[in-house]
This record gives sequence, C-alpha cells and structure tokens, in this order.
Amino acid sequence: MALDSKIPAGPLAEKWTKHKFNIKLVNPANKRKYDVIVVGTGLAGASAAASLAELGYNVKSFCYQDSPRRAHSIAAQGGINAAKNYPNDGDSIFRLFYDTIKGGDYRSREANVYRLAEVSNNIIDQCVAQGVPFAREYGGLLDNRSFGGAQVSRTFYARGQTGQQLLLGAYSALSRQIAKGKVELFPRTEMLDVVIIEGKARGIVVRDLVTGKISSHSAHAVLLATGGYGNVFYLSTNAMGANATAAWRAHKKGAYFANPCFTQIHPTCIPVSGDHQSKLTLMSESLRNDGRIWVPKKAMPGLTAKEAVSIPEEERDYYLERRYPAFGNLVPRDVASRNAKMVCDEGRGVGATGQAVFLDFADAIKRLGEDVIRDKYGNLFDMYRQIQGDNPYEVPMMIYPAVHYTMGGLWVDYNLMTTIDGLYALGECNFSDHGANRLGASALMQGLADGYFVIPYTIGDYLAGMAYDKVPTDHEAFRQAEDEVKEKINKLLRVNGDKTVDEFHKELGKVMWDYVGMARNEEGLKIAKEKIREIRESFWQNVKVLGDNEEMNLSLEKAGRVADFLELAELMVDDARDRKESCGGHFREESQTEEGEAKRIDDQYSYVAAWKYQGEGREEALEKETLEFENVKLTQRSYK
Amino acid sequence: MNLTLHIWRQKNSTDKGGFKAYEVSNISPDMSFLEMIDVLNEELTHKGEDPVHFDHDCREGICGTCSMVINGRPHGPKQAITTCQLHMRSFNDGDDITIEPWRAKAFPVVKDLIVDRSAFDRIIQAGGYVSINTGGAPDANEIPIPKRIADEAMDAAACIGCGACVAACKNASAMLFTSAKISQLALLPQGNTERHSRVEKMIWQMEEEGFGACTNTGACEAECPKEISLVHIARVHREYMAAKVSSHNV
Amino acid sequence: MNWFLSALTSGIGRKVIMSLTGLFLILFLVIHLAGNLQLLKEDGGVAFNEYSHFMAHNPLIQFVSKANFFFILLHAFVSYTLYIKNKNARPVGYKVSAGSANSSWSSRSMSLLGTLIFIFILLHLRGFWYEFKYGTEVTSTVVNGVEMHNAYQWVADAYANPLIATFYVISMLVLGFHLWHGFSSAFQSLGLNHVKYNGLIKLAGKFYAIAVPAAFAIIPVLLYLKSLS
Repeated sequence: MALDSKIPAGPLAEKWTKHKFNIKLVNPANKRKYDVIVVGTGLAGASAAASLAELGYNVKSFCYQDSPRRAHSIAAQGGINAAKNYPNDGDSIFRLFYDTIKGGDYRSREANVYRLAEVSNNIIDQCVAQGVPFAREYGGLLDNRSFGGAQVSRTFYARGQTGQQLLLGAYSALSRQIAKGKVELFPRTEMLDVVIIEGKARGIVVRDLVTGKISSHSAHAVLLATGGYGNVFYLSTNAMGANATAAWRAHKKGAYFANPCFTQIHPTCIPVSGDHQSKLTLMSESLRNDGRIWVPKKAMPGLTAKEAVSIPEEERDYYLERRYPAFGNLVPRDVASRNAKMVCDEGRGVGATGQAVFLDFADAIKRLGEDVIRDKYGNLFDMYRQIQGDNPYEVPMMIYPAVHYTMGGLWVDYNLMTTIDGLYALGECNFSDHGANRLGASALMQGLADGYFVIPYTIGDYLAGMAYDKVPTDHEAFRQAEDEVKEKINKLLRVNGDKTVDEFHKELGKVMWDYVGMARNEEGLKIAKEKIREIRESFWQNVKVLGDNEEMNLSLEKAGRVADFLELAELMVDDARDRKESCGGHFREESQTEEGEAKRIDDQYSYVAAWKYQGEGREEALEKETLEFENVKLTQRSYK
Repeated sequence: MNLTLHIWRQKNSTDKGGFKAYEVSNISPDMSFLEMIDVLNEELTHKGEDPVHFDHDCREGICGTCSMVINGRPHGPKQAITTCQLHMRSFNDGDDITIEPWRAKAFPVVKDLIVDRSAFDRIIQAGGYVSINTGGAPDANEIPIPKRIADEAMDAAACIGCGACVAACKNASAMLFTSAKISQLALLPQGNTERHSRVEKMIWQMEEEGFGACTNTGACEAECPKEISLVHIARVHREYMAAKVSSHNV
Repeated sequence: MNWFLSALTSGIGRKVIMSLTGLFLILFLVIHLAGNLQLLKEDGGVAFNEYSHFMAHNPLIQFVSKANFFFILLHAFVSYTLYIKNKNARPVGYKVSAGSANSSWSSRSMSLLGTLIFIFILLHLRGFWYEFKYGTEVTSTVVNGVEMHNAYQWVADAYANPLIATFYVISMLVLGFHLWHGFSSAFQSLGLNHVKYNGLIKLAGKFYAIAVPAAFAIIPVLLYLKSLS
C-alpha cells in the first residue's frame, strides 16, 4: 500500500479552508446515528469527545485513570502557543508555522503544521470562553511569555499549571456532554485491542480494571488519543500509567507506526537521585526565560548547589549563552539537552552523580526581585524544594535531561486517519506535527487542535460514507479479538517466573537510555536490539505476575504494558538505525557538524518512516512518505 | 532507615478488610513515599503476596490520583503537597506509619488504599462548566478580566480533585472541592450567565452523593495540597443564597 | 420540594440557620450579661430585682424571650440533624486520627460542647427561670413600693453553694470553647469572609469568647466569696 497523506492541493494558507469545504458532511439529524469511540481523555481525547458529542454523535469515552480529569496532559506546566501576536512583536500564523517546522528540524509535513498554526488562535478563544484562567496583565488582557525555539512571546499560560487548566477546560466540556447523555464514560478501563471488520475499525476490546471483565464496544469509528510511549525508557516524565498498549495493538492490527525513534529529551528535569527512582519530574521550560544554565569551567566533581553560590563568575561556563548567543538559554529542547549531556560527559557535571547542571536564578532575582520570580515560578520552586530539599531562591537548581515526549506515533494522513480505515490517532499518539523535535508549549496546542478543530471536520468526511448499521458485539470478529486478549492475559498469568514486571521494565529502560537516548550510534543500536530481544525472551519465561484476571490487579496491568514496550522498543531501534542522519531529538553520532551540532542529510532522509507490522517475530517493513517542502527552505538549524 | 507500616488491606469493595503490618528496611531518605511502597510491593511480589494496591499516576503532585491517609493525615505530615511529593526524609528510622484509604461514604473502597471518587466527577457534571460548544468563541481578549480576579479564579481552579478535603474533614464534607469550581466560575465573567443554576445544581448533587455538611473547622484548607482557601466556601454561601432567592427554579 | 424549604434544609441552608440563630444568641448573651452584672452592685439587690421584674413583665421582652427559646431549640435541633448527617457521611472511621494537626479542638467538638451547653441551659432554667415564673419558694421583696420576687436573694443563695457555683463556672468554660469557634464561624457561614475584615472578626470572636463567659463566671465566684464573709 502506498502511503497517501491526502494533503489537499492549493496554496499552503488555503489548504485547510478549501479542504473543510470539499470534504463531505453528515447531516445534523443523522449524526446521532453514528457511534464514535474515543480512547483517552487527555487534551486530545477529551476535547474530541466533547466536540463530537456537541455535534450530535454518540460518543463512548475510555480512560485507564479513575477520572478523565487525571490524564497526563494535566502535568504540562509551561504554556500553550498561539499566533495571536497580542504582544505586537511580529508573530503571525506563518511565523508560528515556520518556527514549528524549523524546530522540528524539517521532518514534519508543511500542510499539517500550517493548519496547526492556523487553528492555534481558535484554541485560545475557546479555552478563555470555557473559563480557563490564563494569566493576565494588569489591564485585564492576556499575558504572554516566551519559550524555547522562538524569538517572539506567544505562549499563553496559567501559572505553572497550564496543562491542568486546559485539561480541566476540556474535562468540563466533556462532563457537560456526559450529563447530557451524549457521552458515555468508562473510567478505569483499558483498551486492549481494536476490532477490524471488512477493513474498517469497528470497535475495541477493553478490560475493566476493577473487575477484570473483558468486553467489547462497537462503533462506526475509533479515535485513539492515548498519548506517547516515553515510558519505554522506564524513567521519564510521563505518568506511571502512561503506556503504548492501545497504539501498539492498533499497530499490530495494521496501523503503521511512524518515526518511532523520535523521542524528546527534555532539558530541565530534576536529576535522578538513586536506583529507587520511579519517575522523573520536569521543571517547566519556562524557567529558562529567567534562569541561566551553567557548569564550572573546570571539572569540580561532587559540587553541591550550596557550594555553587560562592563560585565566582569567571569560573562559570554559561555554555548555552556562550555557544548560542542569539537564543542563549532558550535554544530548542534537543539542543539544550544534548549540550547538558556534553558538558557532563566532559566531567563538568555537578551534584553527587555528576549528571546535572545548574539552573541559576540569582541574576533574575537581583534584576526583578524575589516577588516577581515567586509570582512567575512559585509553584515550580516549591516543587523543586520538596523533591530536592534545596531552596532555589537561595541556591541554583540542579537539572538534567529526561525523556519527556515522543514525536513519533501512529502514522496519520491529513485527516488524522491511520492506515486502518475509521481508526484515527490524535495528539501525542500520532506522529504528525512536530517532526524530529517538538517546541515547548506546542504539545498542548496540537492536542487541542486535533480534538477541537480538526477531527470534528474530518471525521464527517469518513462517516458520511458509512452505513448507519451497527455491528453487534457478538460478531465473530469481536469474539475472536476478545479470545486473543484473554489468551494473552492468561499467558502472562501462566508464566509464574521469579522476576517482577518492574525489574524487566527497568532493565529495558536502561538499555534504551544508554543506547537509544540522547546520542545514538550504529554499534550501540545493534547492541540494543540484541539486548531488547534477550529481555523480551526472558520476560516471557520469567515474569512473575500474581493473582487472577478477575480482580483489580496492578501487576497484570503493568505486565501487559511492558510486554508491548518490549516490542515497541525494538522498532524504535530499527527506526533509529534506518535514519543515519541526525535530526532534532534523534542524534546519530555518525552525522554531526564539526561543531558537534546535529547534521541532517536531506537528500536521503527527508521522509517519514512508516513501519508496517509483519507478524510475530518478523522484521517490520519500512514505507517512506517523502516530505515535500514548498514554502520553507531547508537550512541547517542555527540558534547561534 | 527501617520502618513498620500498618496498611489497610481490603481485597475488594465487599471484603471487610483490616490492617496488616509490614517491615521495610534500607529505605533511603531521598525516596518518595510512594517509592518506599514500591519497594514493599516488589518484596511482596517476590514472596508471592498480593502487592498493596494504591492509586497514583503523575507522581509530581498535579493529577490528584494519589490518596493516602498517613498517620491520620491526608497526604501525610507535610503541608501543601500530595502523597507522591512526600519524601522519606520527613520520617525517622524506626517509625511506625499507619496508612489508610480516604474514608467517606461517598468514596467507597475499591481495593486496599484505592477508593472510588466518581462522586467528584458527578458534581462537576452537574454544572461545573460554561455551557458553550466548540467554535464560535469571541476573541480571547474581548473579555478583559482584572488581574486580581483572574488570579483568584486561578487559586480556586488549582484544585486537583484528589479528595484530601473530604478525607480530612471530620464530616467528610466536599464543600471545598465543590466550592473551588463554583467560585472559579463565579469570579469570571464567562461563568456569569449560569451562575445561579450552577451553584444550585452542584450543591444539590454534592448532597445527593452523601457527603457531610461543612462546619467550618478549616481542616480541608489546612490539608489541601493546593492550599485552596475557605474564602471560596464563603463565596459559595453567598452565591447559593443569592441563587435561592433570585433564581427562577421554584 | 419547594425552593424555600429545599434551601433551608440543604447543608448550606442549615448552616445559615445555625449561623443566624447563633448570632442572635450571641447578642442575647450580651444583654443577659448586662442584666446579670447588676448582681454585683452593692445595693442589696435592688437594681437586679427591678431589672428582673421589668424583664418578667414587659410584653416586648416576653415576646423576645419566647423567640429566644425558639432559637435555642432551633439551633440545637438543626445541629442535631447536621450531626446525624455528618456521622453518616463517614461510616468507617480512621484508625489514626490527627485532627489537631489541621483544626482547633473547639471546632471539632462543637456538638459535644453544644450538648453540654444545652444541658446547662435546662438546669439553669429549672433553677432560676422556672422558679421565678412558676415556683413558690422564691421570697418577695418590695422595691419603690412594688412587690416583686427577691430574685437577687435567690441567686445569691444558690451561688453560696460551692457545687452550684463551680457548675456555673465550668459551664461558662464550655461556653467559651463553643464561642471560640462559633463566633467567627457564624460569619463564615453567612459568606462574610473578606481579607480586610477577617482579622477583625477573628479578634472580636476570641475577645468575645473569653470576655463574655469570663464575666458571667465571675458572678458566681464573687457571690460565693461574698457568702463566705
């Protein structure tokens, strides 16, 4: 099958408008005859479910959390971008588009990104109308701040809890539809398979996480808004429950997986403190607006934050400001992360582990006063103090990069449909808009764009061609899918080995971080592939999963997710091996400039790598979607 | 450090449940409280015993999933944090720690330390929103909102819906949770159009769920990980009385 | 349900009733105290007896006193319904409770304190009000040509009994704790919570909770001491 991205013809700025006109519509009275399943209740899922229900579709919404309000979008701190140009500093839809394409190191589709920039303004309007309490100026108008990878202030924010406020906005819209009976909610329910009938996605199989009951739900279309797969690394800033299972099982049913090796390592996280660490905590990138990143010029092993205060200016290396004078501390995430790794590899890292750099607010506090800083970042400072035990008003913070976001995901066309008819992927779950690196404050923008302003249009085009008939859940295909799911669960329960799921997960995470992390090379990737296979084999012989299916069983839940991570990890390695260039978050040591910056190879790798599942134990097949750039000129990214 | 844990174990919602004691050793003060329980669970799994089930997800204090009463206090001994942000440096070697689930009729236990907080969702469903559809919103800057008002609305909106207020209240009252949402929307002009029906419906739903009544002890405010203030409860009293005397719902 | 009834019977409605009746009783206490302080006048009880006579025969006062009884009963009854509602809201309690970490003892003990006060009021009414109104044992006296109960003597005799005097002092302590939370709580329940005035309300509440019960309590103490001399 050749990949058809279905990008509409015509000039960039008119594509979406024309497309909206050209696609088919479903008559308002007929919308209630269609059922839509939405899996996930983060920004993309909740906004999609609410918007589709408002239009009249019957929606079923699923989440593994106990409430849709707890999806991990809630943890996004810094803000959401939009091309409003309220600060009058030269922003425009085209500039947001351009920054996003460039920030993504030219590995995303122009048309998708332009559409994203175009609807960004509607998102802000929508959220304000919902009562999202964005930060304001004294005059009562909305305030903006700047973020990495941009030279304008276009980021709207609600203290350090923007994701929370946007999610609660979408959750409230969803709640309203639940109250109206247009959305049926299934919390503590995990999707374990997608059901395909006559080539079309017609439903899902789920497990009730409280009772263990396996059941099926039928619909005319299925939307996956299940987030990213950063937890493949075990340690990440993702929520503990965040997983790739829904996306991966859809992949195994025929949905192509695109650019799996594109993972974002966020530069400002709280460093690892020991083996017990279960997850990493991100400190918003907005801190880089006022914080200055540095390490000592000469290696000073074990340097603590308290000692750092007395190190004189001339012995400090503000390496981002030195190397990138134009953007300074606000270089894109991949650049900031890689530089932190570089200085730590040089032995100049600080703290007990040597795997940390300073983020210092002393100058900002001197310049603006402690109150201004408290107002801007108070909750982040409190959070830091809580975890590290240090007071960032007095001593510099210590930070280190951590896995944060996955740009890769299910391949989708312009309509957000995967390679399975009727199966859509929204938000972080798809691959579409961020290329090889996502700019800060753009994930929230994309999740809400997909859910509020893209899918409500594009799904109509598909449904308009569907018969109203519903497939009963006792259909052969549902039964078969349920049986497969049950068999997989039983298989996990039968192993009864002597290693816990977490032990396998940690092992996998270490391999991924060491070989498929911030820097990758051919040899390391080969080793990783070997090791992942070994771990996977050992997992199926040695994993210890207690209890039964017919109860709440946390280790069984985790086991299923880790089993999928163990397969996905190998595909990430394959993808990283295929892409011998460096781009964005994917840094191949073989492909760098003399200054050690990422070097793209546009004539060979200007494509989306879409992987097709070929069956158990077989290598996946690569299909390439060539990226055409008509509106931007590909240049080596420079933030100097 | 070494600790003795007394943990509420309950197989499912119909099981009677009871406390069980566990010893954990070699706990690092840098561990988070939940990581300490992870250690216990790994040990239990190796021994073939069912691990302690507890709710948790983001582990950075914002999703509101984690919910434990630790030595009689929701989210443990420190103020303004959730359980997942609590670190073992707040405890001493040899401590006895009692861990219980949120206790309220409206929050039935699902398993061990996990409770069902869907009552909160139903309170929001009763009116915790502005009734607008997607699309058609006016330009965001068309409604200027004084910074102080926006800030106060944000103070209320910071609620993470964890339920510590209910757990802390001697009456298992959900007034702080419910007020936070009502107050946020009452402060903002966007919420003005439905302010009367909203407060009536949400308070009605709150009572339906079987939460107790507020007696102004202030325990909720003291234990709230987001330090949501009683000011919002007072505002909701005003809103409620105003709504009752002036709304058209007879 | 009718909107008015549903408003009054809702949790917030009941709280408002508690608050308004409570504030009425707070006002009443001040007036009651003003009258009682006349017991301390060194005039052989003339002022107090005149005051008592006036109170017992003025129709307006009589009306207000009926209202007062009603509000006390309403305050007690509504609090009882809230107590039941609140007990039901937590059928399984905590093994370890650390209430003192997040709230004051008096705020958590309002039901207990209120019950004790209610018992006190019953005994108090039986000992004084009932005896003045329906009893036969109170002696008479003539003030300015008007025959009236010698209320002063009755009270002074009562407080000469150390058990009764102690009972009154302890009861006032209980009242003080009740008001310690109750005073400012009444304002919160009416929605009166404002950064400018909270300090004043809190301060006034603490002052009232100490001063008024203390002033009440000093009367039995002084009268007892007087009886010794």
